[in-house]
Amino acid sequence: MTDRHETLAARIEERFGEQAKRIASSCGELTIEVDKDDLLTVAIALRNEPDFGFEMLMDVCGVDYLHYGDVEWTTSSATETGFSRGVEQKPVILDEADEFDARRFAAVYHLLSLRHNTRLRMRVFTGTGNPPIIRSVVDIWNSANWFEREAFDLYGILFEGHPDLRRILTDYGFIGHPFRKDFPLIGNVEVSYDADKGRVAYQPVSIEPRTLVPRVIRDDNRYDEQLRNTDNE
Amino acid sequence: MSEIESYTINFGPQHPAAHGVLRLVLELDGETIQKADPHIGLLHRATEKLAESKPYNQSIGYMDRLDYVSMMCNEHGYVLAIEKLLGIEAPIRAQYIRVMFDEITRVLNHLMWLGAHGLDIGAMTVFLYCFREREDLMDCYEAVSGTRMHATYYRPGGVFRDLPDTMPKYQYSKFRSKKDVDRLNSIREGSLLDFIEAFTDKFPSCVDEYETLLTDNRIWKQRTVNIGVVSAERALQLGFSGPMLRGSGVEWDLRKKQPYEVYDQVDFDIPVGTHGDCYDRYLVRIEEMRQSNRIIRQCVDWLRENPGPVMLDDRKVVPPTRIEMKDDMESLIHHFKLFTEGYCVPEGEAYAAIEHPKGEFGVYIVSDGANKPYRVKIRAPGFAHLSAMSEMVEGHMLADVVAIIGTQDIVFGEVDR
Repeated sequence: MTDRHETLAARIEERFGEQAKRIASSCGELTIEVDKDDLLTVAIALRNEPDFGFEMLMDVCGVDYLHYGDVEWTTSSATETGFSRGVEQKPVILDEADEFDARRFAAVYHLLSLRHNTRLRMRVFTGTGNPPIIRSVVDIWNSANWFEREAFDLYGILFEGHPDLRRILTDYGFIGHPFRKDFPLIGNVEVSYDADKGRVAYQPVSIEPRTLVPRVIRDDNRYDEQLRNTDNE
Repeated sequence: MSEIESYTINFGPQHPAAHGVLRLVLELDGETIQKADPHIGLLHRATEKLAESKPYNQSIGYMDRLDYVSMMCNEHGYVLAIEKLLGIEAPIRAQYIRVMFDEITRVLNHLMWLGAHGLDIGAMTVFLYCFREREDLMDCYEAVSGTRMHATYYRPGGVFRDLPDTMPKYQYSKFRSKKDVDRLNSIREGSLLDFIEAFTDKFPSCVDEYETLLTDNRIWKQRTVNIGVVSAERALQLGFSGPMLRGSGVEWDLRKKQPYEVYDQVDFDIPVGTHGDCYDRYLVRIEEMRQSNRIIRQCVDWLRENPGPVMLDDRKVVPPTRIEMKDDMESLIHHFKLFTEGYCVPEGEAYAAIEHPKGEFGVYIVSDGANKPYRVKIRAPGFAHLSAMSEMVEGHMLADVVAIIGTQDIVFGEVDR
């Protein structure tokens, strides 16, 4: 598996050069990062050229890197009374911002080549613009249709050239993009049946957000490459 | 002469043949379908977002509830992705147990599919036959995990516990005669492996029974042959996988091509169709049940002879046993840390794909080094299949929509997530 990946990585580097940057991986998977302007040319080449032959697009997935590497709960001093389990909510960053961090939103494509029996992951950042826009690959791989609709629905990423970019998973008339990291887990509205009006009515959520297990990052030495190597020796 | 206009009808979400909560907006010309627009999301529970707010192990139970007719296979995809990130591998016995239960799950799924598909297009009896065998397999789930459906049995580093020596038994009650209970319990006297072995002995003849009912049945053939034809080229382009892809004649099975666990140690064949219609996909799935039965039998034989650990001995990921925890300070600390905080997964991203009964089920996890996943994306096979619904039903009659929903083996738990 690894040999095959190395050959593929070499071919990609030779063919695309700066257009496709390789991302180091610890799990033996091959990831390339492609600039959003080069997306279509790289995608067409990956699909059509026999060296690559990625005839299947298995998945398109939006990612919001807003809180990447952040922890919910840090303490620097001891306490006499004990810490509360609750985590204070971070201030919400509004989606109405003029521009985002260039590395906030990304679309991740998982490609599969039956001919060479290899997989490739391609990550494309959407840049700073609000709303985030990248080109659609529906014409290259038809399976992208619903996956792109899903990424649009959940992350608000617009896919330019998509024939039918509608919401897919959320309710009719839903406001916001629920998988963005600044969208609360409990949501903004709740629904109930209103007997007086004789229909289902929306109202602001009445439950409190809570965190049962805070998010922590432990610098675990077991996974440090250098330490691992000294262990073996 | 008056102008004939096409009209639009609404199919579902509350329709017995919609396999859950599918809403289809159909544009019809007479009784011929011009366009179908599936509206999904009525069962959307934001599983992926929920998983982002919980330590890794707490989300295993959510995976059962994705595709709720093939529970353990969903767990398998998720657990494999975590194991890939952690760089660990389950002990060999756990891998055999996983393969055995994956195949039991495949049979469970295909039985459910066959029964429901048959019922949808007019074959009542096959539904009852299928559920008879499903009951036995549910008992296997119960014996090993305590629940009939939502098992939460696979864990990163192995499986929750070893196979039990006894089977749960039926109890005497006023609703069932003593003779009946004794008959049901007679095959449940031995261990779980005895029970599964007895099942594999009788199951091929059960499949023969389903085939007797359907394979040469004139009505069944009229409803399925040349319905929903997908060429191999289109199937690839539309992201099909599993029996939907193999029915179109593409020989692609992750168990053979990118083997995980011990699939390279067991012997089985991949059935492939030729025409890519509903009938071929039916034949593919029927043959898959027979092949699964072969795999289950091989696993039973191996498991009988090779006792061993079923969980990794790595206290940083796997909690200690109760006895150890009560006895040893170090174990108590590990237990406490694992259950209050969970384990941290090294930074990185992993995509683990398994051959789910419905197709390629992939779990993509992005980790930033925390005790919770940063992003979980579930690649559900049914999602890609359903997106091709419009193309598959175009030009067919209204009644064929039901046959095509059936042949796609749609379950809304995984489509909507």
